[in-house]
Amino acid sequence: MRIANLTHGALFMLGAYIGVSVMRYIPNLWVAALVAGLAVAAFGGLLERLILRKLGGNVFGQVLVTLGVSFIIADACLLGWGGDPIPIQTPAILQAPVRMAGFVFPAYRLAVVVIAVVVAILLYLLMERTRLGAMIRAGVDDPQMASAVGIPVSRLFTTVFCLGAALAGAGGVIGGPIMSAYPGLDADMLPLALIVVILGGVGSLLGAFAGAFITGFVYTFGVALLPDLAYVILFLPMILVIAFRPRGLFGKFAA
Amino acid sequence: MPFTRRRFMQATGAAAAAAAVPVRAQAGPIRLGLMTVKTGPLASGGIDMERALTQYLNERNNTLAGRKVELIVADSGGVPAQTRTKIQEMVERNHIHLMIGPLDTASALAADDYIRQAQLLTLSVAAAEDMTQRKPNPWFTRGTSTSSQSAMPLADYAAKTLGYKRVAVIADDIAYGHEMCAGFMRVFEDAGGKVVQRMFPPLTVPDYGTYLAQLKTNIDAVFLGFAGSNGFRYLRQFNEYGLMGKVKPIGGMTALDEAVLRNMGDEALGIVTSCWYSAEIDNPVNQKFASAFRAQRKYDPGFYAAATYTEAAVLEATLNRIKGAIEDKPAFMKAVRGIKVDTCRGPVRFDEYGNVIGNVYIRKVARKEGRLVNSVIHTYPNVSQFWMYKPEEFLENPVYSRDWPPAKNLES
Repeated sequence: MRIANLTHGALFMLGAYIGVSVMRYIPNLWVAALVAGLAVAAFGGLLERLILRKLGGNVFGQVLVTLGVSFIIADACLLGWGGDPIPIQTPAILQAPVRMAGFVFPAYRLAVVVIAVVVAILLYLLMERTRLGAMIRAGVDDPQMASAVGIPVSRLFTTVFCLGAALAGAGGVIGGPIMSAYPGLDADMLPLALIVVILGGVGSLLGAFAGAFITGFVYTFGVALLPDLAYVILFLPMILVIAFRPRGLFGKFAA
Repeated sequence: MPFTRRRFMQATGAAAAAAAVPVRAQAGPIRLGLMTVKTGPLASGGIDMERALTQYLNERNNTLAGRKVELIVADSGGVPAQTRTKIQEMVERNHIHLMIGPLDTASALAADDYIRQAQLLTLSVAAAEDMTQRKPNPWFTRGTSTSSQSAMPLADYAAKTLGYKRVAVIADDIAYGHEMCAGFMRVFEDAGGKVVQRMFPPLTVPDYGTYLAQLKTNIDAVFLGFAGSNGFRYLRQFNEYGLMGKVKPIGGMTALDEAVLRNMGDEALGIVTSCWYSAEIDNPVNQKFASAFRAQRKYDPGFYAAATYTEAAVLEATLNRIKGAIEDKPAFMKAVRGIKVDTCRGPVRFDEYGNVIGNVYIRKVARKEGRLVNSVIHTYPNVSQFWMYKPEEFLENPVYSRDWPPAKNLES
């Protein structure tokens, strides 16, 4: 795909807000996540078809356009849902904290970890074990050759973009009980996503997985041990990786 | 007629001379600028600022001291550099006589130089301590409070009435958070308590899990110095980690503002906070203000709404005293520092540095008619920005910050 997409934070927030609205009618988090995922996927599809398509290969254009779109989404959310933070209810069965070996841990966070692992495995299987995945990989590696052998590269890229948007949107709802929906959520999330991708390597699923783990651990322990340097600890690994290994840990292309 | 350099100089010179002569005649309306935030993360409070100010002006038929008032509203998006540009625009294009705002500390500091240079009469909402302390701005008056002005009485209350001995403090890693925590710590430790843990998470941290996992549980309370929606998220996650009941949260003036309270649940019940305002204050001005605001907007006014409503009352009282002649800036400044006026937050007057002396309320979250409110449980009357300390002594110390006063009792 090779698209520098900075709308991910905004799509995450849009998903959270759509989830808030869905839950007013159907107070079920999983239904809300599904609906928000579909809605954000549709939005992502339009974005890809109408705008990003025309900017193929133009990285600066992509960065500016996607950044602009995220500002527009942010202010549209402010207009639609107001400026106050809105909580998203934790499912009743996951409300009580879990006690393990003397430590207290919120059950819902454990559930989120499980969901993340399941999604990661499904994505891996999709990319590596299915015909669709093989076509996507072929399309990314050499779009012209892939088209020549009859792969509908254009439609495929739209699908992939929709899938990414859907995961961001559903992620917003699933993260909702922890973070709630509030203006600025997009800007809080985007740097984390960028760090994970750059650290792990652009275009690599394994890289994203490793990047997320490293970022999570480094940040959590860093904050606990050296609280004043929270942001230094978060960004330093990324800067080192860009300086010494521009492809990221598992990446195919330079970031 | 050819356009020569001489003609140009004559023309611009005449224009400059005309601008330099103050308009003595009280012709035309008073142009009031509101510097607020209507987009971005701070918009919730900024929109309330505009709503309360319009309510005040409507209640008086847009007339103060016999002169019509024209309101000009500017939105900075919460970006300090943008605030300065917008203020300049309001001064040079709209020719405002007086500005209410800005909302946040960083913006007030960014505008400081320009306010001095343009000699712009300012009634501030923002809490930046030193603008009325070690570096007082002669055109700047603040009817709300400094960052620590409400935190210091809470520290006194926590130590003496609630009997807390050991507390942790946590606040946003910005000047506002540092100043609040520092004031709390100084007064709490002077009253015999100990601050044993201190944390400053970045302003935009979406998840407080790491900070909650570290929080000591052998303490009496944790003081929350959060702004915006951060207090709201911290408390929800606090509850999620099963800490409610083990450690008591207490909060600064924006941690449990009415604006976040209306979206909270029972986890907020019983939490004690302090602020110079509560929608529940029992005085005639506030009863009228809060009930009218609630009737129109369907929610309780909070910190930001009360801020502009208070500043508008200060403006009106001052204008009445100088018979509406706002063009005479020195006379306005002299008058505003000498007034005494009853506002929605209670009686208000000013010290010689331009900062308010007014009541600070200790509040407790309770349920009333189905909604959560900050019910007033104790009032500290006429609190100054220097608390009980002597102003001269107070000002000899460095400004409240991350490093001052030094934390003596932290345990690792």
